[in-house]
Amino acid sequence: MNNMEKKTLYTVTIFSENTVGLLNQVTIIFARRGLNIETLSVSPSAISGIHKFTITTFTDKAMITKVVKQIDKRVDIVKSYYNTDEDLVFQEIALYKLATNKLLEMGSIEDIIRRYNARILDMTETWTVLEKTGHYDETQALFKELSEKIGVLQFIRSGRVAITKSKVERLSDMLAAMEAKLNRDKSV
Amino acid sequence: MNSISGSEALLESLIHEGVDTIFGYPGGQAIPIYDALYDYKDRLNHILVRHEQGATHAAQGYARVSGKVGVTLVTSGPGVANTITGIADAMMDSTPIVVIAGQVPDNLLGTDAFQEVDVIGVTQPISKWAYQVRSADEIAWAVARAFYIASTGRPGPVVLDVTKTAQSGKVAYQPHKITYIRSYIPKPDWEPERIAQAAALINQAEKPFAIVGQGVILGNAESELLAFLRKADIPAATTMLGLSALSSDEPLNTGMLGMHGNIAPNLKTNECDVLIAIGMRFDDRVTGDLTQYAKQAKIIHFDIDLAEINKNVTVDVPVIGDAKETLVEVGKLLNPNQHTAWRESFKPHWERERQVVIQKELHSKEGPLRMGEVVHKVSQAVGNKAIVVTDVGQNQMMGVRYFSYGQTRSVVTSGGLGTEGFGLPAAMGAKIGAPDRTVCLFVGDGGLQMTIQELGTIMQSKIDVKIILLNNNYLGMVRQWQELFWHERYSHTELQNPDFLKIAEAYHIPGRSVSTRDELDAAIREMTSMKGAYFLEANVENKGMVYPMVPAGTAVTNIILGDE
Repeated sequence: MNNMEKKTLYTVTIFSENTVGLLNQVTIIFARRGLNIETLSVSPSAISGIHKFTITTFTDKAMITKVVKQIDKRVDIVKSYYNTDEDLVFQEIALYKLATNKLLEMGSIEDIIRRYNARILDMTETWTVLEKTGHYDETQALFKELSEKIGVLQFIRSGRVAITKSKVERLSDMLAAMEAKLNRDKSV
Repeated sequence: MNSISGSEALLESLIHEGVDTIFGYPGGQAIPIYDALYDYKDRLNHILVRHEQGATHAAQGYARVSGKVGVTLVTSGPGVANTITGIADAMMDSTPIVVIAGQVPDNLLGTDAFQEVDVIGVTQPISKWAYQVRSADEIAWAVARAFYIASTGRPGPVVLDVTKTAQSGKVAYQPHKITYIRSYIPKPDWEPERIAQAAALINQAEKPFAIVGQGVILGNAESELLAFLRKADIPAATTMLGLSALSSDEPLNTGMLGMHGNIAPNLKTNECDVLIAIGMRFDDRVTGDLTQYAKQAKIIHFDIDLAEINKNVTVDVPVIGDAKETLVEVGKLLNPNQHTAWRESFKPHWERERQVVIQKELHSKEGPLRMGEVVHKVSQAVGNKAIVVTDVGQNQMMGVRYFSYGQTRSVVTSGGLGTEGFGLPAAMGAKIGAPDRTVCLFVGDGGLQMTIQELGTIMQSKIDVKIILLNNNYLGMVRQWQELFWHERYSHTELQNPDFLKIAEAYHIPGRSVSTRDELDAAIREMTSMKGAYFLEANVENKGMVYPMVPAGTAVTNIILGDE
């Protein structure tokens, strides 16, 4: 990406109803502003019936503010906000498929596993799958080292998952406030 | 409880939402709904259009003048594809419409079935909500939700894609009403501290200036606006879509903003000390170059849509919420004030515009007819309670500039999307939405031919619209740009036109074609004395220009006036 050095990696967190086509509604807002989605992860949230999207993108603050407001505006989006890395605890998970014979020949597998805090997920005579969770640069470093030493047969990295450093999901506060407003409106 | 078909449930649900008018066009995947409609003739007035685009624009015109939700009913595939322009237009101009489209049966979805199109995929980016109804059970809920979403908060278009399976299925129908969706906040609460900040800024302002958009009309906040302006003696101007929120003769109304707006409000935007934007979105046709827009002013922005705050212009005080409430709340804290000298300072600019632009446009004694004088004379003849509908281009700018507005909801025009072809169908919808008001359409020879088939609808449904064709044999606005900025290279803007009067005649619509001032006066007299549709073709100056003009992307103070 051009001008990457001037841009910040933002993590956008979106809580939505679990309805068909929502991912499309969200991604077209990024596309319209010409923003590449770096990583994407979608799963049920802690609140029943509400899904959580975690999306990362490189951009600037003015743009991410507008994008998040436009996402938030969609009817089935409950809440959307953005954070930078300082506000978050976050991880990605990576899987590495390696040739078992080369891995054994290398001899330093225990050292690598210890240094990278990786683990062996599955192993057969022909292939072995290593797993490592961490930040991008950490999973990437392991990929680089394995590639150089023995080659990597297959590699996959998940989208980022992130948790804010605040105590509760802000969404629960928001839902409570909305219910209170509804009850107040009803009683008027 | 007796069960009824999904199609009947759909019509019952519409009636439950207060619908009495539908603009539509049948087709294969909507036949069950049309069959049901046969038994609802006494309760649902279906206007048969000639093209689905016309159905959406008619629904828009209906919604804009009545404040109710406009309804369009079409079939799948090409039927709904033809509504796309209207949906996009309604999205841009915050017009509440519900488009109901037939869809192939459930078992054929996703198979490239005959007349199948991915309606949800296509309309999601240009609608407020788009939903596919796959079973009859869902219909009452989906219609209730559609009307709630379309009509609340910042209004907009909603699309319901109803499969033939849902139309034909059986359901134990029960009326449904939705007034709350947990993921949707149509009317955000106003913040007391922002109200106080806004009032404080206005109270210390020496040169406050209010710029008013359609949000005031959509929020029915016209009288609140007037009280607010009068209390602190604040001059105001409107965007094109905000026209008629203030009447033309209101002394605090200083005119229209924007590319072809009035000189005074555009210049004063860059002189005021506090700019108060109310229910408007700082469109580029209003602001021109943002880096030179109101840099000297503190800016207050009233809006119901949080996504509009700081979108184009960074503001000092956002006042979120419903303008009908926030104008009152801020108004309570305003000190009664007088800004006589500031208000007076608008007048020399108006005098200049009259001398340099308006006099020539409205009161030329010689030469070919001018668009402005046609509009002005029609407006005088029909009175200021009439509704003006325009197409897009020079006819639009002349139409809105030289019509007089005596009450709100008097302008129906395609603002954000700038849809040529909008005018004729929108005028039909406007007349049906406001049957007691005169509806005048100003349309160019280009735009008329984009939706001219709707003359058939006007004939069949006997819709009393006064169609004023401003014929210059050019795509005039593009030609104007070519003249001013493209070295008079008139690339594909000159039209060879048909005999429009014969076309009108073929549809049994009476009319006249006029080229002189005397003929014009006589034709206007005839038009206003007759009941029913009328077609007035005014052959106007071929190379007329719309002035003033702020060229695109330049500062609002950079105003071209033509020959002085």
